[in-house]
Amino acid sequence: MEKNYYVCTGCGLLCDDIEVESEKNIINKVYTACRVGVAHMKKAKGETNFLVNNKPVDEATAVREAASILKNAKNPLIFGLGTSTDETQILAIELAKKTNATLDDTSSFCLGPLVEALLKDKLKTCTLEDIRNKADVIIFWGADPSDSHPRHLSKHSYFPRGSEKQKGWEEERTAIAIDIRKSHTAKICGNYFFQIPPGGDTEFIDALIAALSGKLPKTSYNFPPKKILELANILKGAKFGVIFAGLGLIYSLEDLEPVFRLMKILNEKANFHLVPMVGHYNMRGFNENLFAETGYVNRVKFEDGMVKHGPEYSVVESLKAKTVDAALIIGSDPLSSLPRSVSKNLLEIPVISIDPCETLTSKHAKVYINTAISGVESGGSATRMDGTKVSFKPVVETIHPSDEAILKKIMEAV
Amino acid sequence: MTNAMELYQMLPKTNCKKCGKTSCMAFAVSLMSRELTPEDCPPLKEESKYRENYEKISELFKPSEGATETGLIVHEDLCFGCGNCVVACPPNVANDPYGVGSGKAPTNVNRLVLIVEDGIVKAQNLGECRRFGKNKILCYGCIVTCPVEAIEFV
Repeated sequence: MEKNYYVCTGCGLLCDDIEVESEKNIINKVYTACRVGVAHMKKAKGETNFLVNNKPVDEATAVREAASILKNAKNPLIFGLGTSTDETQILAIELAKKTNATLDDTSSFCLGPLVEALLKDKLKTCTLEDIRNKADVIIFWGADPSDSHPRHLSKHSYFPRGSEKQKGWEEERTAIAIDIRKSHTAKICGNYFFQIPPGGDTEFIDALIAALSGKLPKTSYNFPPKKILELANILKGAKFGVIFAGLGLIYSLEDLEPVFRLMKILNEKANFHLVPMVGHYNMRGFNENLFAETGYVNRVKFEDGMVKHGPEYSVVESLKAKTVDAALIIGSDPLSSLPRSVSKNLLEIPVISIDPCETLTSKHAKVYINTAISGVESGGSATRMDGTKVSFKPVVETIHPSDEAILKKIMEAV
Repeated sequence: MTNAMELYQMLPKTNCKKCGKTSCMAFAVSLMSRELTPEDCPPLKEESKYRENYEKISELFKPSEGATETGLIVHEDLCFGCGNCVVACPPNVANDPYGVGSGKAPTNVNRLVLIVEDGIVKAQNLGECRRFGKNKILCYGCIVTCPVEAIEFV
């Protein structure tokens, strides 16, 4: 019997094998999904909300108000979109063009540089299916998928049997964790956990490169050279290696140059791939869509048909310098997630919040539009952390409009 | 977990034989193997001077109440449904190699030992578990793969 599987949009893994039992548009049981996914799918909510100055209004008024804020702004900021579908993101890019907006997403302080390097073919990558079928050495560097992407190890990277890995994880795969703390993933890696001090990644990479080239690895924090040599030997023997690079690695590096060097030597000695541990389910999609449109993955400013790009157009810098005079926040909560010194500037400008959840940002927004949870109440397509396109249909019906529908209406009204 | 000697220390040590065993030490051993329960010792249960010890022993055996026939307990408050145990469990892989054995959704739920339901692992069909039956072995497949020690055998 052909089963009806749904896609979970709880994290960047986009698990496509979720079974759901629902009745009268209420999800009762979710099978195979992790706790993150279940919570995401079950957070169905009540009546629709359109708020202007925290007072309920109808949809047309909210859209009109949002459009007028964008129209009256000289340099509006459009931010978020990590939890929106490809279709919504493309609309948002169009809207940014039309309103001469600054456009950015969470990847500018997240994994953006890494995705950019992958899109420009500077690093070798592969899909999660390749990893399941072939990978024998798996490195989790500054990432803890057990907590951030709970099914990562069981669905793709470590435990499952693949076409060329029939004997299973005990015999054919080696999982390695490099992290500053003994995370849940590191616990599974057992003896192959390498604990480094915060900020010690660059030195560790240099030491590892030295070990790979047959030199004595040295670090200022006296990491046992024997252990690094042992690690280098495992890496040299990899037939299909993969590095899952997390925020821990990216935050610790000044730039990606050490990663390029490491990947170069790893591919001289063995065969290594890199996959970014994308958190939001469609952050990589935003990077790819904007890259296709402008050649940049984030931090852009549209001005009369021209595109400007630079660090000054990131959400953090533009808020800090107060260069933006309005903000359209889609599916994100910068007031909670950004440092207060930066996010407090959002309180001084009119904010439009389009979000399925009530957040701190939505509470302080001039206009708040409560939308459908994308992937649960509305469908579309998205890009998984490895760049694979995944399309999905809604699990339940809803009275809430999708963010795509709302953006379309705002677009018409601007 | 405690041992039979520790349990014996908490028993009345009168060798009254009311439990059907020849001595309190024998009763302690039966307790350990879960052949008998603390309630099977009448003096311990009824006499007030043993009440404190009775409560202590009952407390020790409490977790096993929710245990399945093979002694498997899932701590639902710890489990977050990563499914590592589901994919690593040898009978699961043998019974559904292209479903859970390959990391995907189960295709043959009826023969699986572990499944994830509502984000939490559920044990079922324990007849298939390698710790059960005539050829039982001490399998640790689901325990070593759990990042949060949510699975325990008692």
